[in-house]
Amino acid sequence: MNATTMDTMTTPPSTPAASPEQLTAAFYELEPHHHPEGASTMLGFWIYLMSDCLIFAMLFAAYGVLGGNYAAGPSPKDLFELPLVAVNTAMLLFSSITYGFAMLAMAKNQKGATISWLLITAVFGAAFLSIELYEFANLIHEGATPMRSGFLTGFFSLVGTHGLHVTFGLIWLFTLVAQISTKGLIPANKRRLMCLSLFWHFLDVIWIGVFTFVYLMGMLR
Amino acid sequence: MSAANHHAAHDHDHDGHGESHGSLRDYVIGFILSVVLTAIPFWLVMSGAIADKQATALVIMAFAVVQIVVHMIYFLHMNTKSENGWTVMALIFTIILVVIALSGSLWVMYHLNHNMMPMTSHDMGQLP
Repeated sequence: MNATTMDTMTTPPSTPAASPEQLTAAFYELEPHHHPEGASTMLGFWIYLMSDCLIFAMLFAAYGVLGGNYAAGPSPKDLFELPLVAVNTAMLLFSSITYGFAMLAMAKNQKGATISWLLITAVFGAAFLSIELYEFANLIHEGATPMRSGFLTGFFSLVGTHGLHVTFGLIWLFTLVAQISTKGLIPANKRRLMCLSLFWHFLDVIWIGVFTFVYLMGMLR
Repeated sequence: MSAANHHAAHDHDHDGHGESHGSLRDYVIGFILSVVLTAIPFWLVMSGAIADKQATALVIMAFAVVQIVVHMIYFLHMNTKSENGWTVMALIFTIILVVIALSGSLWVMYHLNHNMMPMTSHDMGQLP
C-alpha cells in the first residue's frame, strides 16, 4: 500500500461538488425511510400486551402470596361455585371463537358478516361480565368484601382487573362496530380490528391462569 | 445489505394485510382443543377423580400451560416469523420476567412467613 492510495482512502474525492452537506448525506440517512401508515402498529400493540401481561403477573404474585391469609374469614371453598365459573369460562371461550369468525369475515371483506360476528362476540363478552358481576355481588352480600381478608383483596384485585379489561374491550368493540358501519372495512379499521383481536384473545389467555390458579386450585386448598 | 433490502420488501408486502388472520381450520382446532383442555381440569377438581390434591394441582397446572400454548398458536397466531421474530423476542423476554417475578415473590414471602417468630394472640396484645 503506497502513499497515494492511503491519501485517496482518508480524504474524500476532490470533485468540486463535494460540499459538507453532500458529505453528511453520504454518511447519514437524512431522508427518513418511508414506512406505510400503521406498519409498526401491530408490533407496538404486541409490546403493550406484554407490558399488560406483567401487570397481571404482579397481581397473580400478590394473590399467590396473600391467597392463604383468610383472617378467620371465608376460604375459597366457602365462596366459589365451580359450575358458575365453568359457564363463565365457556362464555369467554365462545367469544374468542366468534371473534375469530369476525376476523375471517374481515379477511374476505364481508362488512355485514364482520359486524354480525362482532356483535355476537359482544353478547358473549357481556354475558361473561354479567356473570362475574353477579358473583361479585353475591360475595359482597355474604360479607366477603375486598376488605375482609388478604385473600379477598388479592382475589378482587386480580379478577376485577381482568373484568375491567373485558369492559374496556367491549367499549372498544362497540366503537369499532360504529366505525366499520360508517367507514367500511378500510385499512385503518382492519388494523384496529386486528389489535382488538390480539387484546381479546390475550384476555382469554389471562382467564386460563385465573380459573386454574384462583378457582380450581382454591377448591383444592 | 441484501438482508436490509429483503426486510424492506417484506414489510411492503404486508402493507394493508398485517399478520395472518388464521384460517377457519386453525380457529376450529384451537377451539376444540381449548374446550377439551378446559373441561378436563374442571372435571378433575369437581369430581375429585385424583385423590391426591397435590397431584391434581400439578395436573391442572400442566393443562393450563398446554392451553396457553394452544391459544398463542391458534388464536394469537404466534410464530417465529411475524415481525421478523420481534414478537417472539418480546414474548420470551416477558416470560422470563414473569417467571422471575412469580417464583421470586412466592419464594421470598413463603420463607418470610416461615421464619417469622410465632406469635400468640396474647403477644399481639402486648405490641406497642
